[in-house]
Amino acid sequence: MIEVVPSEGGVVPAAVEVGLVVNGEARRLVVEPRVTLLDALRERLGLTGAKKGCDHGECGACTVLVDDRRIYSCTTLAVMQEGRRVTTVEGLGTPESPHPVQAAFVEHDGMQCGMCTPGQVVSAVALIAEGHAGSEDEIREWMSGNLCRCAAYPGIVAAVRAAAGGAS
Amino acid sequence: MSLTPAELTSSVTGGIGTSPQRPDGNLKVRGEFAYASDLWHEDMIWGSTLRSPHPYARIVSIDLTEALEVPGVYAVLTHEDVPGANLYGLEHKDQPVLAVDVVRYQGEAVALVGADHPETATRAMKRIKVEYEVLEPVVDMETAADDTPLHPGGNLVRHVPIRRGGQAPTADVVVTGRYEVGMQDQAFLGPESGLAVPAEDGGVDLYIATQWLHVDQGQVASALGMPLDKVRLTLSGVGGAFGGREDLSMQVHACMLALHTRKPVKMVYNREESFYGHVHRHPAVLHYEHGATNDGKLVYVKARIFLDGGAYASSTGAVVANAATLGVGPYEVDNVTIDCYGVYTNNPPCGAMRGFGAVQAGFAYESQMDKLADALGMDPVDVRIANAMTEGSVMPTGQVVDSAAPVAQLLKLVKDKPLPPVSTTLDLRSMPGGVSNTTHGEGVVRGIGYAVGIKNVCFSEGYDDYSTARVRVQVINGELVALAHTAACEVGQGLVTIMQQIVRTELGVQRVTILPMDTSIGNGGSTSASRQTYVTGGAVKAACAAVRDKLAKLAGGRDLSEVDLVELLGDDVVDETVEWRHRATEPLDPETGQGNAHVQYGFAAHRAVVDVDVELGLVKVVELDCAQDVGNALNPQAVLGQIQGGSAQGLGLAVMEEIQTSGGKVRNPSFTDYLIPTVLDMPPMSIDVLELADPNAPYGVRGVGEPPTISSTPAIVAAIRAATGLALTRVPVRPEHITGT
Ligand code: FES
Ligand code: FES
Repeated sequence: MIEVVPSEGGVVPAAVEVGLVVNGEARRLVVEPRVTLLDALRERLGLTGAKKGCDHGECGACTVLVDDRRIYSCTTLAVMQEGRRVTTVEGLGTPESPHPVQAAFVEHDGMQCGMCTPGQVVSAVALIAEGHAGSEDEIREWMSGNLCRCAAYPGIVAAVRAAAGGAS
Repeated sequence: MSLTPAELTSSVTGGIGTSPQRPDGNLKVRGEFAYASDLWHEDMIWGSTLRSPHPYARIVSIDLTEALEVPGVYAVLTHEDVPGANLYGLEHKDQPVLAVDVVRYQGEAVALVGADHPETATRAMKRIKVEYEVLEPVVDMETAADDTPLHPGGNLVRHVPIRRGGQAPTADVVVTGRYEVGMQDQAFLGPESGLAVPAEDGGVDLYIATQWLHVDQGQVASALGMPLDKVRLTLSGVGGAFGGREDLSMQVHACMLALHTRKPVKMVYNREESFYGHVHRHPAVLHYEHGATNDGKLVYVKARIFLDGGAYASSTGAVVANAATLGVGPYEVDNVTIDCYGVYTNNPPCGAMRGFGAVQAGFAYESQMDKLADALGMDPVDVRIANAMTEGSVMPTGQVVDSAAPVAQLLKLVKDKPLPPVSTTLDLRSMPGGVSNTTHGEGVVRGIGYAVGIKNVCFSEGYDDYSTARVRVQVINGELVALAHTAACEVGQGLVTIMQQIVRTELGVQRVTILPMDTSIGNGGSTSASRQTYVTGGAVKAACAAVRDKLAKLAGGRDLSEVDLVELLGDDVVDETVEWRHRATEPLDPETGQGNAHVQYGFAAHRAVVDVDVELGLVKVVELDCAQDVGNALNPQAVLGQIQGGSAQGLGLAVMEEIQTSGGKVRNPSFTDYLIPTVLDMPPMSIDVLELADPNAPYGVRGVGEPPTISSTPAIVAAIRAATGLALTRVPVRPEHITGT
């Protein structure tokens, strides 16, 4: 575990500019190089959909897509994603027309408190695109990086299966 | 972003007995549901907490000078800055807001920093100089009562004795055992957080994730030395609770910083701090002796139970009462001798967690029932059924169980389910160890285990347990709409859905809006003890009845079902607030533990099927079936969710979850080292839900959330015992307990 703290001398690395395409929109922001993608999204861009459950790559609540691949946004730095397309849960659908995965999570009640839900939803979107939603066993295996303490897992699996076009 | 949560309405409809979508579901899947940690205020600063590194130490001195010099720091506060009473607590006011002279557990709050950024605060905290004189911690719960007193009244928080029937009984067959339960963490996914905003009237508005707004409000106001109306709380999104948010965490701290700096203050714990920031499930040591006749009828149960409350009492008293009064399980026993002790130590403070008290006792008495079956050469389900309580049975407290207690039926239901086939494929995912590829089936042994449990529902022992609900109907844009308002906390269990369902059923109004939960209305009671559907559900139902009465008056005696309510109301508004309480309970007799202490009992039974890799000690729970009586499933889907969630947390306690301490220090405060069940650990569950209405409860409901947490753990351990032949007297069962290495 790397603890990121400013050095005792107070020498903070200079901020740098980084360009990201977030939910289809080009965004430029100035961040210190040590700022995680998750913090940049939540605290600089006001996108609080991705959650911070652990900040150490243990829970999956912060899952976002970078160039359509799932990533724990707490374990990567914003500056490492220069020029890439970042999709958060907010970028998946609209209130009027939710993404099919979002609709399926509501329909199958794949949540209780909902804290893990944005991560689950984003993860499921990628998993379906990856072709890993062929069976419930496969869904479980490829969703196992997203913890749900409420253990809404049966609903989550049912939702992913339904969204992937399997039996609901 | 607005700090006030959204009003919740939904386009779907459905009254009780249906499973409409939760009204906050769309917000949650879009990432727009505002959890406490998502709140933001333009002018806000960040609060951080300096915590004790020692389980027990005297504070010799605190020097803030250098911390205050850090640029960007607005305030550094200690106990000297607590404006009101510096002691709080759910049952005993024994915990300082900020430590004075002594720290009693690792992680105890010593000082606060308010700064422009969390990292500025971290930097400042490193410059606070606290000199400690380290003391020898008290860590053994069985000897703590006679050890160095950690509080003025000594280390015994509560002793509950139960004396029923003969106290020197003899029996044909006697089995004894000593059992241990490790310290489980609620591990809610959304760490503690809140935002305090200083108000113009000198008070403070706190937006907070909690389980009980009014008990927070009272404790915060007392610590701030303010009247209640100056301390206003609003519930923000809660990322799970499970008991861990019943006590204060950062509530007073954020308000102190906000009032001191006159700025909004946000505090968010990180995962590690969260392990120090809330109470856990009491670890327990339980000594049991069961005596039975040769044909398997229980003659007596004797138990000595120790519960480690850690440094502060929290709800230890109630946990002790639960473990004692529910200590023989859902069985008829004429002769009972139980002594249950809750003690102070320098371990992390323990308090409420799902099933509290009943979980610890459940592991021990169910282990004993298996041991008894073994000694008698009986089937473990048969011995349970032979002793199963029914409606009309008498508890060890003398209380008559006056509604359904289908213990035998629940056991039969899980026993009669078809067993899962032994896996013939070599799919690694179905093996212990999973895709880590630790076995291809060699060394894997299957086992089956059963357990049944009992839990009290609602608050007990004479507590005035009530909830307040306000329901308003009016016509908006030609449509009849209802609003429901309470201070009862939605923490994910789906209370807001249930409230809508009840209003639809009672008033026939389809459009129901749930107002944000806050302290502008009366107490809603705690979201705990499986009580909200019962008590707040009862309050909403009663408020609807009051609204109906008003409407009937307006209708001048006409039958409401024949009146066009839109026309009747016109521009009028009917708005009724009702305080509703369940039937009263009584305190326990302090000498004998006799009394009608509980409101209602809930029961669940599990059958666990496990595969154990006996060479590596790895366990795969293959299936975990459950049968539970819920009285009346107001929302069948939510009922299943509670049974699945409760069972999974019981699975966690059985084989994975423990806060490990050594010398009072937590060794694993992270999700890397404290493991909770993933989707791969969650076994398939076949669930039978009985609906045997409790005539005393609104709609006949019976609390749902906790009973499955009681029986899941012992059923799984029984299955592991069946597979391995090992005694396994401690949970969680770790690989080394199985391999003996
Ligand atoms: S917050 Fe990133 S994995 Fe938990
Ligand atoms: S819904 Fe609560 S953590 Fe998943």
